[in-house]
Parts: sequence; structure tokens; C-alpha cells
Amino acid sequence: MQRGSRPGAADARAPSSRHDVAGDDLVRIRGLTFSRQGRRILDRVDLDIPRGKVTAIMGPSGTGKTTLLKLISGQLRPDAGEVLVDGQNVHRLGRGALFELRKRMGMLFQSGALLTDLDVFENVAFPLREHARLPEPVLRKLVLLKLEAVGLRGAARLLPSELSGGMARRVALARAVALDPMMIMYDEPFTGQDPISMGVLVSLIRNLNDASRLTSIVVSHDVRETASISDYIYIIANGKVMCRGTPAEVAADDSPWVRQFMDGQPDGPVHFHYEARPLEQDLRGAGVKRS
Amino acid sequence: MINALASLGRFGLAAIASVGRAHLLLLAILAGLPSMLVRPRLLVAQLYGVGVLSLLIILVSGLFVGMVLGLQGYYVLSQFGAAESLGVMVAASLVRELGPVVTALLVAGRAGSALTAEIGLMKATEQLSGLEMMAVDPVRRVLTPRFFGGFIAMPLLAAMFSAVGVLGGYFVGVGLLGVDDGAFWSQMQAKVDFHEDVVNGVIKSLVFGVVVTWIALFQGYDATPTSAGVSSATTRTVVHSALAVLGLDFVLTALMFGE
Repeated sequence: MQRGSRPGAADARAPSSRHDVAGDDLVRIRGLTFSRQGRRILDRVDLDIPRGKVTAIMGPSGTGKTTLLKLISGQLRPDAGEVLVDGQNVHRLGRGALFELRKRMGMLFQSGALLTDLDVFENVAFPLREHARLPEPVLRKLVLLKLEAVGLRGAARLLPSELSGGMARRVALARAVALDPMMIMYDEPFTGQDPISMGVLVSLIRNLNDASRLTSIVVSHDVRETASISDYIYIIANGKVMCRGTPAEVAADDSPWVRQFMDGQPDGPVHFHYEARPLEQDLRGAGVKRS
Repeated sequence: MINALASLGRFGLAAIASVGRAHLLLLAILAGLPSMLVRPRLLVAQLYGVGVLSLLIILVSGLFVGMVLGLQGYYVLSQFGAAESLGVMVAASLVRELGPVVTALLVAGRAGSALTAEIGLMKATEQLSGLEMMAVDPVRRVLTPRFFGGFIAMPLLAAMFSAVGVLGGYFVGVGLLGVDDGAFWSQMQAKVDFHEDVVNGVIKSLVFGVVVTWIALFQGYDATPTSAGVSSATTRTVVHSALAVLGLDFVLTALMFGE
């Protein structure tokens, strides 16, 4: 199992148990570096997403997981490195070609990102109306089938403001698969969900992946739920891949860093306290220094 | 001293960059015109949002402005025995200046702020990113129809403002203060020139329509995607629009009516 962060060494140090479809990776990331406001978010990250599998990208909040998804989908440009999706370098594509590629990529945003002025039916119908020029009866059947798949056919005429958080994400999921994409990226799909909604989403992600032969990338910090449906896991922190492997391999990893994250320990290599001057110095009235 | 200069420099660079982004956005909005023409329903919806929903405030304001003009005009003109010219004064003031300017200020306050808040919230709730990920250009799909909705609605609203204002002036001047009915209308017809006054007023409205809608859309699209960011963007829309309208009004007036 690879641990640590020696740049560019991911393939060289790849484990023997590394997914067995190395020649059939849908997404291939090499040397990906991205900074924001002078802070290095991702530092020469190498990563492969195998076709047809559920791959989890986990790590503490603020470690660049969502940024990674935005780089894969071409919403952000990296400082260095490349992202190949289905053989195409995302950041070298023109706008038209990028949009063509995005028709084959779905993304489930953390907020759902439903269009608030359209009802559930119209939200799911939106990408079909934009790109698929279908006769209205066919479109209606397709949308109802997509909604049936996420269990919300009965909510077709509700507005997004009338949905719970879990329902909104299921509608967003139905919309994300409306064009039958080759892959779906899930950005923190379980955050803020009650146990029932979380269970529904967990099984939906796995079932949709298998039934529709999708490739799924799940970005999350909900360890147990994400591990339960993943074929392969990457754990990233401090801009680097700290650990990679199957759920069983990651669970068996005994490095302090991985153990702190997987077991949810409050202190360890990732400190409980944000970096600061000694407490006495602040209490003596010098004031809190703004960084 | 050095810090103050550095802050000034930073402010200047940020302002220039912002103007650059605004112009790039305008170009992208205009480039979306052909795709909008294919789907006129998007434009109609925005004409309703910007135009029809602003109608009440425009009509009520126009009525009161016209009534005030009638009162003030009568007291000044009657001192020179020219109270019969009240119709000219009311109509010329409205079509040349007050109609386009006050309408633009009202639209900036009602529809412009709403546009900024709507676009800013769409950004904050990732709806614009969602459109991008569905391979739909948010500028063409969301901003272009709103821009042309504002551009078309502005002169129509200004015309209604002026028309209702003339009726307000008529009501006060003729109905309450006893100005001659025939003189009110005939002098207006004789002295208010279609090209000199009406067309120039329409040109002003079109310019204000572009500026107010452009500022509103840019502020929303460029807003920091937080509640505080959207709030300050909405404030900036009203302030920048008001200053731009008043400044441009002076320039346009000097160009149109200056010797």
C-alpha cells in the first residue's frame, strides 16, 4: 500500500493489489498541482479512477477533495499537471469539446444545485431539453423513469424549496444520470443527511453504478458509509495522496495518520489546535494576531 | 505612506481588473444573442420579470412626478403669464429627462437589485456551476435573456412613465388649477418635437437599459458567493447604476441638446 507523498512516485510504488484494470482507467491524473491565494491545495497528485468502479476520495475537510473534482471536470485550471478523462486532456480542450465531454459526465453537487425556479420534473428534464431534442411524450417517460429510479416519481411537481436535503440530492442524482453519462462525480453526498436518507443515498450510488455500468467518484469524509460502497479508496491530505487501496487494505493500514482519520481520533498527526502562538502570550494582552 | 500608496495601487488594479471582467462578460452576453433568438420564451419570461413586474412602481411614480411638475410648473409659469405653456413644460421635462432618468433609477432599484441577488444566489447555491456541468453555458442561458429583457423593457417603461406623468400634470394643471384644456394639449403638440425630444429620450432609455442591466448582471455574476457577498453586490448595483445613469445623462444631454 502506498503511503506518504513522494511526488510522482505513485505508479512506481503502486501496490500489488492496485485495481486490476490499470489499462482501463477512465480518469488518469498526473502531477496535478493547484494553488489558491498562495496556498498549495494539491501538490503533484497522481491518481487513477478505474472504469466501472466506485472510487472514493476521502480526507479531512479543506484538503482539496472538491477542488480535485472541479479540476477533473474542467471547472478549474491546474497550475501544473494533467487530467485525462476517457483519453482526453481536459484542460487542453476548447469550450465546445469540453461541453461535449461534460455531456458524458454527471456531477452531484453538495447542495444539489437544483434550479430553484423549476419543479422537480423540469429539473430532471432540463439536460434532456437542452441536449436531446426528444418528442415530449418520450421525454416525459424518460424523466419519470429517472425519478422512479431515485424513488421520487411522486414528487415530480414539487419545487426544490419543498424538498428535504436528502430528496434534493436524489433529484439532483436523477438529473445527473438523465443523459446516461459514463461517469458521475459525487461531492460530499452524505453531508448533513439523517440515517435513513444516508442509507438511501448509499445504496442508490452503488446500485446506479452497477445497473448503469457507470464509473463513480465519491468525494466524502464519511468514512464508514463511503468505504462500504467503494471498490477503491484514496485518502488525501495536505495536498497529497496519503494512502490508497481497497477498503480492506485501508482499514488494515496502521500508519498513525490513516488510523486517526479512519477511527476519527480527535488528536494525532492532524492536531486538534489550529496553529497559534503560545496561549500565555495571547492572554497577556498582545491581542490575537491575524494571519 | 508607502502602505497608503500600496493600498491605492491595489485598489486601482482591482478596479481596472473589474472593468475588464465586466467588458468580457458583456461580450459573452452579446455573443449569446443568436442562441436566445432560437428560444424566445426565455426573453419573454425576462421581459415579464424586468418589465411587467416593474410596471406598478413606474406608473405610480410617473403619476406623482407629473403631478408635482404640474404644480411647480404652474406656479413658475403663472408669474410670467405663461400658464398655458404648462403642457409643453411637463411633456418636454418628462420625455427629455425625467422619464428616462427616473425610470432607470427605479428599474435599478427594483429590477436591477433583484437581478443581482438572483444571479448571486444562483452562484452561491452552485446553480451556475450545475449548468456548466450539464454542458449549458450559464451566460447564454441565464444572463443573455435578462440583459435583453432589461434593454427592451427600459424604453417601454420610460414611455409609460412619461405618458402617465403627462396625465398627472394634466390632472393638476387643468383639473385643479384651471389651465385651459385646449392650450395645454395644443402647445404640447406644437412645441414638443418628435425627433428632438421623443427620439432623444428613447435613445437615453436604451443607453440606460444597457448600463443598468449590465451593471446588475455583472455584480451578480462577479459576487462573492456568500450571503454578505451577495448583499454588498446588490448594494453596489444600486449605487453604481444611479451614478452611471446620472453621469451618462449629463453626457448624453450635452451631446443631444448642447449647441
